[in-house]
Order: sequence, then C-alpha cells, then structure tokens
Amino acid sequence: MSDIDLAPLIPAISSYIPMGRSGLLPALHAAQKIYGWISEPVAAQISRSLNVPLADVHGVIEFYSLFYNEPIGKKVIRVCTDQACALKGADGLLRHICGHYDIQTGQTTRDGAVTVEASPCLGLCELAPAALVDADAETNISSDFHHYDLGRPKSIVGGSIRLLTASCGNGTTSLGQYGKYPALARALGKKPEEIVNEIKASGLVGRGGAAFPTGIKWEGAAKAPGTEKYVICNADESEPGTFKDRILLLDDPHRTLEGMAIAAYAIGASQGYLYIRGEYPYILPVLETALNEAREANMLGENILGSGFSFDIELRVGAGAYICGEETALFESIEGKRGFPRVKPPFPTTHGLFGKPTVINNVETLGNVPLIIAQGSVEYRKIGTEKSPGAKLFCVSGDVSKPGLYEVPFGVTLRELLAMAGGVAREKKLESVLFGGAAGAFATPDQLDVKMTFEDLRAAGLPLGSGVVMVFDETRDMRDVLKRLGHFFAHESCGKCYPCQMGTQRQMEILDRISQGKVITGDLIRLQDVGWTMTDASLCGLGQTAASAVLSAIKLWPGMFNA
Amino acid sequence: MTITLTIDGQEITAEQGKTLLDVARENGKDVPTICFHEATTANGLCRMCVVEVEGMRVLQPACIVEAANNMKVQTRSEKVIRARKTILEMLASTMDLSEAAEVQTMMSEYGVDINRFPDAERREVQVKDDNPMYVRDYSKCLLCWRCVQVCADDAQYTYAINFEGRGYETQIGTFFDKAIPETTCVLCGQCVGVCPTGALKPKREFLLEQGMSPQEISVLNTGRKRRRDR
Repeated sequence: MSDIDLAPLIPAISSYIPMGRSGLLPALHAAQKIYGWISEPVAAQISRSLNVPLADVHGVIEFYSLFYNEPIGKKVIRVCTDQACALKGADGLLRHICGHYDIQTGQTTRDGAVTVEASPCLGLCELAPAALVDADAETNISSDFHHYDLGRPKSIVGGSIRLLTASCGNGTTSLGQYGKYPALARALGKKPEEIVNEIKASGLVGRGGAAFPTGIKWEGAAKAPGTEKYVICNADESEPGTFKDRILLLDDPHRTLEGMAIAAYAIGASQGYLYIRGEYPYILPVLETALNEAREANMLGENILGSGFSFDIELRVGAGAYICGEETALFESIEGKRGFPRVKPPFPTTHGLFGKPTVINNVETLGNVPLIIAQGSVEYRKIGTEKSPGAKLFCVSGDVSKPGLYEVPFGVTLRELLAMAGGVAREKKLESVLFGGAAGAFATPDQLDVKMTFEDLRAAGLPLGSGVVMVFDETRDMRDVLKRLGHFFAHESCGKCYPCQMGTQRQMEILDRISQGKVITGDLIRLQDVGWTMTDASLCGLGQTAASAVLSAIKLWPGMFNA
Repeated sequence: MTITLTIDGQEITAEQGKTLLDVARENGKDVPTICFHEATTANGLCRMCVVEVEGMRVLQPACIVEAANNMKVQTRSEKVIRARKTILEMLASTMDLSEAAEVQTMMSEYGVDINRFPDAERREVQVKDDNPMYVRDYSKCLLCWRCVQVCADDAQYTYAINFEGRGYETQIGTFFDKAIPETTCVLCGQCVGVCPTGALKPKREFLLEQGMSPQEISVLNTGRKRRRDR
C-alpha cells in the first residue's frame, strides 16, 4: 500500500473537486487511468477531496463492474459472452484467449500484464464475436481467432430509408459535413412552447424501450417550476443485442448534440449531460471532438448564435452497470452514487437530476428531433404509420446473412426486415427471433408478417424495446439462450428491491439447471411464480422485464420446462 | 381535507397526505412490511406491502403511495398474494431467518414452502466480531437497508457503513472491509436497534447465547468504562 504515490492523483481530480459528490465517478475513472485500479489510499484521498464518506466511496466502487479495488492486469481483455456473440463462438474465443495466457476467466497473468474477463453484451453484436481490449473493440475475428480488427468498430448500416442514419456508415461526420445545426437555428427563431408543440404534433415516442411520448415529457419539464433544469442524453445502451447508439454517436455525433440543444431550448435548460456506457471508450474522443467543434462554432456555449440562449453539455462515462440505463439510476450515477433506481413518482420531469426538472431521452429519440424541427411535423409524419410515425432503427444480429443496423419506416414487417438482412444464414430455417432485447420476447416464424408498429406489435405481444432483432436458426439450443439471459439479469440486478434481487438469482439457477438437462418437477411453475413476482412487484423497469423473455419462452415451448 | 377511497371493497374516508399503508392499518387491514420502519425513510424495497391499485400497470408499494380520492385498492388479490408468497419463499431459500420473528409469522400466514427452491445458493457469511459493542452476522441480513439509513442521513450522520457488491451478492460493509473500530462508527447502537433479524446483535446478548455467564462477560470488560483501581 505504501508504494502508492498520491502525487499524480491530486492534479488529475482537481477539476472534479468543485462538483463535490457528483464528481465521484469521473474522479474514480481518472484515478483508475493513473493506477489501473483504486487502492485504499487512493479511495481515501478521493473521499477527502470530494468530501464523500469513505464507506460511500467504497460502495460506489463496489457497485460498478469497471471499477476495481484490487490490482488487475495492465491490459484488460473483456470477451462478450452474451447471446449474439455466443452464437458466433464467444465461448471458444474466451477459452482460446485464456489458454493463450494460461489463465482462467477473471484471472490476471502472474506478471500482471493481462486480465481476461467474460463480459455482458458489449454492443458489438453485428460484428460478433467481439471483445474489448482496453479502449479498443476487437471485431471481425477469424474462426481460428488469429486474425482480427482492433480499434474503432466499423458500422454496417442498411435499410429501406436513410433519415436517422443519413450520415452513418462512412466514418465520423464532422460539423463541417453535418452543417451548423440548421434545425437549432430554426428553433431559436421560435418560442420554446412552439418547439414543444411541434414535437408533440410529430407523435415522436421514446426509442430507448419505454415508448413514452417525447413531447409530453418535454412539456412536463418546460412547465415545471424552477429555473435550474437539465437535459440528459441516455447513451447507456446496454440491452443485449442493441448497438444503434454506438453507430449513431460514432458516425454522426452532431445529430444527437443538436437534438439535445433543441430540447434544452424547449424546456429552458442551460446544462446537459451525455451519459455513455463505459464499454464504449472508443467513442469518447469522437464525442469530445464534436463537443469542441460545436463550442467553437457557438452551437454550444454562451449566447448560442446570438439568441441569448446558453447551453453546454458535459460528457459522463458509466462504469459497467446496465441498470444505469434506467433513468433514475442514471441520475443517481451522475450524482456520484450507486445506480439504485428511485421510486417513481415523482417523475424526472419535475424531480430529476439533482431533484430538478429533467428531460432524459435516448440517442435515437434525440436523433429524430432535428428532423422534425427542420422539416416540420407534417412532413415528418409522412413516413411510417398514423399511430407510429417516422423511421425506426433495428439492430439485427444472430443467424442472418447480413447482420447490421437497419433503418425502415414503421409498418415494415419482420419478414421484410429479415429479407433486407439477407434472410436466415446458411440456408437454415428460422427457429425464433428475440425481439426487443433481453427484456423482450421471442417471436416465432408464424409472426413474421406482423407489421412493426407500436400498435401491431402490442397486439402481437411483442415489445419493440430497443429495436433488437436477434435471429436464431433451427439448430440453436434455446435453453442456452435462456441460460445466458438468466446470467445477464442476475449480474445486472442492482439488488435494491427483493423481487429482482433474489428473483434474478433464482431464475438464473433454474435456467442453468434446465440448460444442463436437469429439469425437476415444478420448474415451470417455479419459473412462472418468480417471473410474475418480478414483473408485478419489482421497483423498476429492469426487474419488471427481467422475466419477460423467459415467460414468453414458457408460453412457446412449455415442454422445455417440464420434467 | 379528507378523501374517500375503496380498500378491499370497503369505502374508507381518510386524511389527505397519508400513505396507503397508514390508511389500511388505521382501518384494521393487515398489510405486511419488512423494510418499513417509522424511524427511517421509506424506500419501498422489500415489496411485501405491495397492493393492487385499479388503473396501475404494476403493483404499488403501500408504504410510499399516497392514498388518493376514488382510488380502488385490493390488499389481497391473487397477484398480491403470489408476489408476497414468492418473496417469502425466496427469502427462506436465501438467508437464515431463525431470529426474524416477524418474517416467520408472515411465512406461516402465507403458507410458504421453505423448500420451494431446493438447490438455491444461500448467502452465507462468517460472523464479524470485531468491536466491543455489537456483532454482525450477515447470513441473517435481509438487506432492509435500515442500518445504513440510520448510520447516515436518517439519524446519526456517521456514514460508517454502506453496500458491498451488487444484486444478489449485495452485503452491508465498511470502507475496504475494515473492522468497526477503524471506521467512523461511534458505537451509537442505532443500527442494532432497527435490525429486524438479529443480523446485528449486542455483544453481550451474543456472548450470553454462546453460553457465557454474566460474570464471565463482565471479566471481559466488554463495553464497560475502564476505571483506575482505587
């Protein structure tokens, strides 16, 4: 312990000291960048500097998977072992890497050079199998694991329409290429309430999973009393099978920033946060460059374009916690706490970040905003259907010929989408589609003609979720898929409310057993009781959907769960 | 101002601003709670007090939700019973509830099968006996959070304890697992007072249970002031 030199820490965290507790996650990231891990004296110094109790600093380090309170390797290799990567040989990749270094998963080589970990979904599903090597994505891995790309992952973008992805697929779009926020300039010429009304008229609903009407959210925050308000971009994309935010932010960062600035003008906020998951480190330099470009061009900062409106955005980086995609857990995380979801109500529009009125929107949702403001809601609504206007991004992965990000108008069928992605790979038959994400449901071949709109999907019992379409062919063992879902939720439960804290564990244990062919009498009812208890009684959206896919599997394949 | 609502079909008039739990209990309706305590901020995390409120998508925690005019509440619907029973069965398969008298009563009332999850991994931890005032046996801890709350903003502002781990692996802990005397703990004992399961226990009680006599304990000088011999 005594060999840890605290001298470099003080200047590295000095800019976070005025933030107080809210500076805790950035300070821990900064410390870990220097030392590789967070030792007791380092944690104690951060506690003193930020005036956060020692036990609380420890509690925060313990909560986030990417913070370490014991030494780890100089290089950390995180191999994704979730569903999409598993289909493409993730277990073999993990064994190969561990074998290469002669260590077990989770261990560090004796010389302290390398740590290898199994990771939850890294958001690289269309490039599976995949790993994260320090700040680089490892993708395009050959079947003998000897060849691969390291660095910024490439973007595979397709579909029948290119609105949200107009500037995606060809590297990062600079401010010069994107244009000087024409929609923001247009918005600044109108009254804030006109902007809110335009978003309401567009029929835009949230694309993060909950599908809440965006305009209503904005109106709530705009009308909430108080002058201190916040706009947050939720880029904590962690739903297994989801990678759309990764591509939108890497290839077209200004669209999101412009969407945030318009939201801020509409509700009267002067401060924004873009919270991005810790597993996307290669996006950070892109976002920092984009923020600087925008500030230099006075698209962000004081008195934007001479309008009198001021707004800036701070980048915040998560640290390995799916739960922080839940909006109130995300607030807690920005506030420097463990990512425990809050009880709602009160809702973020009146009591959000730091207890102030807050609008929090997903990256894809914000991407729609410049489109709506630039062309008007009437034009915007010409795409899609009456009740589901606009375009939608689908993250297609698994057993299809061309996995990738597909943009289509609402109303396209699943069959049409799969055709765009080249159909089921290797001429196999379709078994099922995990639809909406790990918190989604399984679709079967007889549902291929369901139109993908909010209304049609709801009627078919399929949640749109975050736009995940993960395809499984006839040769796949669905019990293995369920086992991995079980592990994911048990790993990611925050542990606050009892149904989810214990339910995700019990669900995982039963699914583990079933995947090994050891079904015991009553397993189906046992899983249902646990699943419905989580669904009905959990505190937040994670717990309420942690059994969604399992319950849908029980309906479709009851035989799998009977002894 | 008064409001009128229906609980289990019975029309009830109540003062505005009260929680459903208050209103239900005032009217003789039994709503079970585990994490709730009058002295701590309600977190609604044990979910034992959930009730079905007409028009709401999911069950609502009665300890937090305010009673409102025209609300229709069921405290014993099928969904409510399933949730409570399953939570209790999961608790029974997770921790040592031998000293959690209130939870045991609930288990018999809800007809709980304590072996519902036969191969469950239990939370088993070594007893921490590191200070003269109390012992910590986290095998008995059901994570109600009360101890952390009274140690912090709900009472003592000492912040000696917080959480370790996450999810099922969550446990109450100190800064880098330090022994209590090395933390900011002031041995106020409030955490012991609010613990519902015997996970936190006065040292003296613990020693008596170990079979020591009061005489032997007094020789240990546990928790007593040192006085110079006269």
